[in-house]
Amino acid sequence: MKFQQIDQFAAELKVDTRAAVYDGSKKGHEKRTKLLFDEFADPDALRRMAGDIKQHVIENLDTYLPAVEAKMKANGVQVHWAATAEAANEAVLKIMRARGATKMVKAKTMVSEETELAAFLEKHGIEALETDLGEFIVQIDGDHPSHIVKPIIHKNRREIARSFEREGLGDYNDDPQTITRRARNFLRHKYLAADVGLTGANFVSAESGRMVLVTNEGNSRFCLAATKCHIAMIGIEKIVPRDYDLALFLNLLARSGTAQEVTVYTEFISGPKSPAQPDGPEEMHVIFVDNGRTEVLASECRDILRCIRCGACLNVCPVYRQASGHAYRSVYPGPVGAVLSPLLMGDKFAQKADLPKASSLCGACNEVCPVNIPIPDLLLRLRNKAKEENVPSPGTPPMGAWALLASQPTVWRASLIGGKVMNYIPTKLIPVPALQAWANKRALPEWRGGEFRKWLKNRPKKTKP
Amino acid sequence: MPPADDREAILSRVRGALAPLHERAALPDYTTEIAVMRSVIAGRDLAELLGERMKRVNGLALSDASALVAHLRAGKFLHGYCDPALWPVLAPHFGADFKVETEFDRTRVDDYAFGITRAAGAIAETGTIVLNDATTSRRLAALTPWVHVAVLERTKIFSDLPQAVAALGSDNNVIWCTGPSKTADVEGILIEGVHGPGQQIALLV
Repeated sequence: MKFQQIDQFAAELKVDTRAAVYDGSKKGHEKRTKLLFDEFADPDALRRMAGDIKQHVIENLDTYLPAVEAKMKANGVQVHWAATAEAANEAVLKIMRARGATKMVKAKTMVSEETELAAFLEKHGIEALETDLGEFIVQIDGDHPSHIVKPIIHKNRREIARSFEREGLGDYNDDPQTITRRARNFLRHKYLAADVGLTGANFVSAESGRMVLVTNEGNSRFCLAATKCHIAMIGIEKIVPRDYDLALFLNLLARSGTAQEVTVYTEFISGPKSPAQPDGPEEMHVIFVDNGRTEVLASECRDILRCIRCGACLNVCPVYRQASGHAYRSVYPGPVGAVLSPLLMGDKFAQKADLPKASSLCGACNEVCPVNIPIPDLLLRLRNKAKEENVPSPGTPPMGAWALLASQPTVWRASLIGGKVMNYIPTKLIPVPALQAWANKRALPEWRGGEFRKWLKNRPKKTKP
Repeated sequence: MPPADDREAILSRVRGALAPLHERAALPDYTTEIAVMRSVIAGRDLAELLGERMKRVNGLALSDASALVAHLRAGKFLHGYCDPALWPVLAPHFGADFKVETEFDRTRVDDYAFGITRAAGAIAETGTIVLNDATTSRRLAALTPWVHVAVLERTKIFSDLPQAVAALGSDNNVIWCTGPSKTADVEGILIEGVHGPGQQIALLV
């Protein structure tokens, strides 16, 4: 039986990795705060408004989805639907096969991480190459991203240099500039040789059917300049009502995700390339993916579907900073992942029911969220769901004894004195596995029970003037 | 399951999920003014502000062709591509030490050190160049060379993001470019020129 898996993972994390994750996330958070508060009179007003807009969208998806489909079709886009991860991957494969295509270049998309698209295509003889630098490194290492926006936040330059050397991308060199140039030189010829470019979408405007893609490296633009076919895999919750709303969301996304006013590339795509333009896709497909989202929509936690995948809640989370993304055993780590990942498991919810418990409910995630998701509330709802569904919770001590103590003042007082005995008991030796798992990594502070009561009783009383 | 069935399955699950809601959240009314950096823009000349804001993101705004030629020469960027519609105007400024092609050959992307294309506009508050399919002669020419030069008419500078969104128009592809292509994936260290240009220049005309 595994106890407190996130705790255990964090405890065993390499010192280097913890330092990399801690520094990376802390830096991202501090820059974000400065940028938002320096430039906007009331940054919280932006967050609340964006949250209200997305809440409106998810509560009206039944009208927005057909509307956006109709717009896209009118724009010359072929629209597909995929209820499951398997269906989404199959849809991509079918499009590739219909074109006789064997090579794909991929921009970063979280939904394709959910469906494990690249591995699926490779199995079917299709080269599916990640082009975002971080994702590329994750791919050659057979690793998984540990952050929504910074996939290799857990790696240092020496590990990357060794991977590049192993893959034949040059002799060992851990200078970040050299690493980046080598990736540039290797990947540009891959884009030009590819048949299909696959991307996600950050936003889709229901009004115009326009999808928006934001990147910094220019890799998604390269996919859409070099290939003749564009496939976009899009979660059904990515809609915003109007083009008008895009300015608000773009301002928030760049600031929250990477502490930029706007990302280097912000691309608005409403269809295949214009006829007069020599470069770019002549054919465009959109695959709307459910993969558990409708179940989230039906749950008490539907607010999480507002998420725009900026990663700000990861950066600010004290648990994420200590544990790193892989501790969450999911595509989505951190506070958003602690809510979304168990829900996306559907009837296997129990397997990840521990994630919502690994939180002190400090509320920092809600404070930074660009769409104002009440993450702590949702975590509590999921804890409750686990309780109601009788999901076993190994390692959680029964609270009955405590309840007995706390409800009877005399017993309580006696136990405070008796508690002093705790100072002399080696907790690691108590033969309760859950307690041992906990105590192995921690030392209990010295018992000081009763001190507060003593102080309260003897404190000098203020006299009323 | 064929795609048509997935469509119906998803939509009926969405309807089912939303049916128990007594009330649906309304679309709030607001002005995008809340997302404008008004203190940055107020009272400023847009061309001047664009130059300043481009500089903040390591871009560069130049106001005459000879300055551009001097910049390219100093960086030894001597072989490049130029939109054929722009070349007649720019050619007199380029010396014989330059080799400029007006046809872009995608089999030789590494040959082009610079690419000169037309911009559809710019956004002053963020230092952004706006490109679209109608004005960009080749998407690849604005992306693959180390230096991208966007030739921009001064009258086409928007002050802020909401204005630029309102002007997206009917072009199937509009892209905002803010400074050089960059990454901070390796240890959070900023490196420019990842897949796109390492230098992003606006030439104001």
